[in-house]
This record gives sequence, C-alpha cells and structure tokens, in this order.
Amino acid sequence: MRHFLRIFLSRPIPLAGLAIFAVIVALALLAPLLFARGPFIIVGMPLLPPGAPGLLAGSDVLGRDMAVGLAYGARISLLVGITSTLGAVGIGVLLGAVAGYYGGWLDDLLMRVTEFFQIIPNFVLLMVLVAFLQPSLSSTVIGIALVTWPQVARVVRGEFLSLRGREFVQAARTLGMRDGAIIFTQILPNALPPIIVVGSMMVGSAILTESALSFLGLSDPNLLSWGSMIGGSRSAMWVAWWTTVLPGLAIMITVLALNFIGDGLNDALNPRRRR
Amino acid sequence: MNRLSYIGARLIKTVLVALTVVLLSFFLVRLAPGDTATVMAGQAGFADEAFMKSLRAEYGLDQPVPVQLWKYLSAVAKGDLGSSFVRRQPVLDVILERLPNTLLLNGFALLVAIAGGVAMGMMAARRPGSAMDASMTVLSMVFYAMPQFWLGMMAMLMFSVWLGWLPPFGLETMGADYTGLARIGDIAVHMILPGVTLALYFMASYARLTRTAMIEVADQDFVKTARAKGLREGQVARRHILRNALIPLITFAGLQSAILVGGSVLVENVFSWPGIGTLAYEAVTTRDNPLLLGIFIVTAVLVGLFNLATDIAYSIADPRVELGR
Repeated sequence: MRHFLRIFLSRPIPLAGLAIFAVIVALALLAPLLFARGPFIIVGMPLLPPGAPGLLAGSDVLGRDMAVGLAYGARISLLVGITSTLGAVGIGVLLGAVAGYYGGWLDDLLMRVTEFFQIIPNFVLLMVLVAFLQPSLSSTVIGIALVTWPQVARVVRGEFLSLRGREFVQAARTLGMRDGAIIFTQILPNALPPIIVVGSMMVGSAILTESALSFLGLSDPNLLSWGSMIGGSRSAMWVAWWTTVLPGLAIMITVLALNFIGDGLNDALNPRRRR
Repeated sequence: MNRLSYIGARLIKTVLVALTVVLLSFFLVRLAPGDTATVMAGQAGFADEAFMKSLRAEYGLDQPVPVQLWKYLSAVAKGDLGSSFVRRQPVLDVILERLPNTLLLNGFALLVAIAGGVAMGMMAARRPGSAMDASMTVLSMVFYAMPQFWLGMMAMLMFSVWLGWLPPFGLETMGADYTGLARIGDIAVHMILPGVTLALYFMASYARLTRTAMIEVADQDFVKTARAKGLREGQVARRHILRNALIPLITFAGLQSAILVGGSVLVENVFSWPGIGTLAYEAVTTRDNPLLLGIFIVTAVLVGLFNLATDIAYSIADPRVELGR
C-alpha cells in the first residue's frame, strides 16, 4: 500500500488529475448549498455572455444561470459515472470469477457473450434500452452497466484463470475451504489491481456515454446534465458560443482528470508497467 | 484447418450473432411499458376492451410467447422488421432508404482515419520519444476525453460559423439542384466536417497501433536483410515495414466498426446528415419503437458482416495467421 502511494503520488499527472477531480466533486456536493434555488430558475435575460453582472458563465437559451447548471450537471455526471461503473464491476466480477475459476462450458458461454458485446454497436443497443425502459437516471445507469460489464468480466476471468492454479489456492482447497470462500477471500483480493484500473477508466467513458444519451434527449427531463445543456443549446450555438462550449469543456476536464488518475493507478498497480 | 473451413466457421459465427441480436430484440420489446396494442390504441385516441382485444388478436399478441417468438423470427428472416408506428411504412424500407448515406459517411471516416493514422504513426515511429511522438500521445488523450458530438459542434463553430469555410449541415446544398459532378463535389464538401469529426477519434488509435507495429516490425530479420541489400531507408519503411505493420490494422478496423457506428449516430445528428443516426434520433423523439429496434438489428448485422470481411481479409493478408479457433 505504501509502495503504491509512493508511486502514485510521485507523478505529477495523476496528482493533477486527483486535484481537478477533487474540485469537481466538491462543486457537485456543494451545489445545493451554493445555489439553493436549483438550476431551472430563470435569473435574467436569455443568452447573456459570461461576465455579465452576477453571471459568471452567462445565461442559457431560457435565461437560466449557466454556472448553476454546470454545478448541478456535475452531480449527474459523477453519479451516473460512478454508479454505472460499480454496477458493471459487480456483474463483471461475479461472472468473470465464475468463468475463470470453473472453466469449461461456463467459461465458453461467457466468452461468447463478451465477444457478442464487442461485435454489436453498444451505443445503439443502449439507446434502445434507455428508450424502452423510459429515460430516467436509473435506466441510464442500468443501461450503461449492462453494455459495459463484459470488459470487466474479460479482465477478471483472465486473472482468475492465471491465479486458480497457484499454491495458495491449492492450499486453501486442501484445507477444505468452499469454492465461494476461495473465490472471494483468496483469489479476488489478488485480482483487485487490474479490476481497479479498468474500473477507473470506465468511470470516464460512462460520463461520456451519459452525456451522449442526454444530448439526444434520452435522459430524465427533470434533471439538468451537461449533455442535456449542450443538446438544449444547439439552436443558440451560432449566436452564443458559451452555451455549448462550457458544458463540453466541463465534460472534457472531468474525463481527462479521471483518465489521468486511471493512468496513475495503472502505473502504480501494474508491475509490468513499473520502470 | 484450411481457409475454406475457416471462412465457413466464421460465417456460422456471424449467423449466430445475427440470430442472437434478433432474439435479444424480441425480449427488448417486452421491456417497454404496454404492448403494440396499447400504443396503437393510444394513437387512435380511444380504447375499449373489445378494440384492444381485436388488436391483440390481429398482431398475435394473445398467443403464447414461444409462438410469438417463432412468428417474429420467421418474419425477420423474410426481411420483415415490422412497420414504423409514425411513418406507417415497413421499417426495413425506411432504413434502407437512409442506409447509403450512413455507409458513405462511415466509409469516408474510416479511410480518413486509416490514412491519417498511418501517416502520423509512421512519423512518430521514425524517432520514438520525439516531440512528434509525445504530442501525439497528448492529443489522443485529449480526443478520448471529449464527447464526440461536442467535438463535431466545436468543428462546426470554428469552420462554418467563424471561418465560413465549410457548410455546417446537411448532405447537399438545399435548393441548388446540382447534377453529375457538381453534385458529387457538393456532397463531398458537406461530408468533410462530419467525416473528419468521426475519423479524428479513431485516427489517434490507428496512429498508436501503426507506431507500435512499425517499431516492432523494424526489429525483424527481413528488415535487416532489406537494409543489408542496400535499400534506402524510405524504401525499407514503405515496402517492408509498413506492409507488415498494416496487417493488425485490418482486424482493428473490424473491431472498431461497432464503435464507429455508435459515433456515427451522434455525429449525424450534429450535422443533420440524413442517415440512420438521424433516423434513430427521430425514432427516439417520436417513440417509434419498431423503427429504433430495426435500426439496432440492421446496424448489428452490418457490423457483423464487416467483421467477417475483415477476418477473411486478415487470413488472406497474413499467411502466418493460425486459422484455428
């Protein structure tokens, strides 16, 4: 652990990622305190540029404060990014562990399923899922988790496949430990590093996917997210650049920070990349 | 395993994928609240029990699930993907009408991505660790962090709104009625922004792949032989290294085609490109579920076929490939 922290914290890029991410998390958590009236309140004339009195980031098509929208949008992005990744990791770990540990037809079946998900256009499937389940926060999270878990399952399966023959697993089996206990208390802790790396990378891509869905209007209409801010400002793009540029920058900075962190985790946790 | 049985096995795999997609679709429909009868009744504006019952009987919704599934499968096998709620046309016809535009855009994007990526990768591989190499890594990180639809909007803002160089949206100039070469030129100009937006995302990964493959191949014996023969560096790079380094790109293009299609849905919407992506958006906004599902089936089958084609091309291009598995 100490070794991990030393490597992770000694690099400037993961550290910068962590700092930026902390600011975004703080903004998301404090949004209801800072802007108690919520993001849908009209505060002035529409399409005022950033820097207009009281409007740090200008106003949108309907005269709502863009800065408030950006702060509240962070809540949705982080919530969807983190919960959908947790869901995908949960499913992926369970199925990947079973397939890697037992092998045989279970493993074959799982590999066919993950291959299937690689071949089909995931985003189109996701659109179908969210549209059919009715657009909402939970359908977005469920949809993203359902199309992304195979990535995790592949990694977990590979780890279990290589760990299941090791001495410590044989020892546990000799001691009469049950399969379930071996999987979760013996092998899984040793397979965690790659799972953490994959998971950290998935949060960013889940945020991008959420923004794409809400850009297309496939999101809860009662929640403002960065993607829906961009989608709702398309008609104003020609006259008011900030309405589309700023939410996009917010997405980009958040995802970039997460990818920096993921890269740092990879360097610190992956022995093959240690120099 | 010889090549023919390899192709046969891949063909069977593709058919199985298509079959799974259709099966999945059959169950996806059941996720949506209500059934076809409630939707039809809703559109008709009235519904009593008898009317609903007759609708359910008409669409076979009162029959057991296995019977419905069999009917659905045999209909899809005949190319019947149901009919669009909104357009009152067969779903397949609506999709096929828009498909050429999507194929054109995706094909163009794929070409730009490969050409640009290979050029960048070759430059970076010439001196690993150089400024060119480093800036490519940074650039690809930034591109991966951007929502692709937003990148498209920024490109439109820059090149259409501010600079006025390129047309911002559509397939061709409305009302211009160009014919022949002028029309082709007009469409080509309209394709630049959406095509390059789609391609940029993949260009970075093609560049990385080319760079890695070139550095790897450059170490092999036949390259040393080529140098020992006295070939100039440029010739070695193009004729000997690049040719072999390109082979992994074929498989990669196949694997990425599913992501390409997903990106195309968004980019088409940004640039109002009249393809399957804008159609999918229309289907979402008008709650035209059969159309949306049809788009899923058609795109999945097309990506499957493209993967089949790249696998076959790969087995032909690289004689060292093991045809098993």
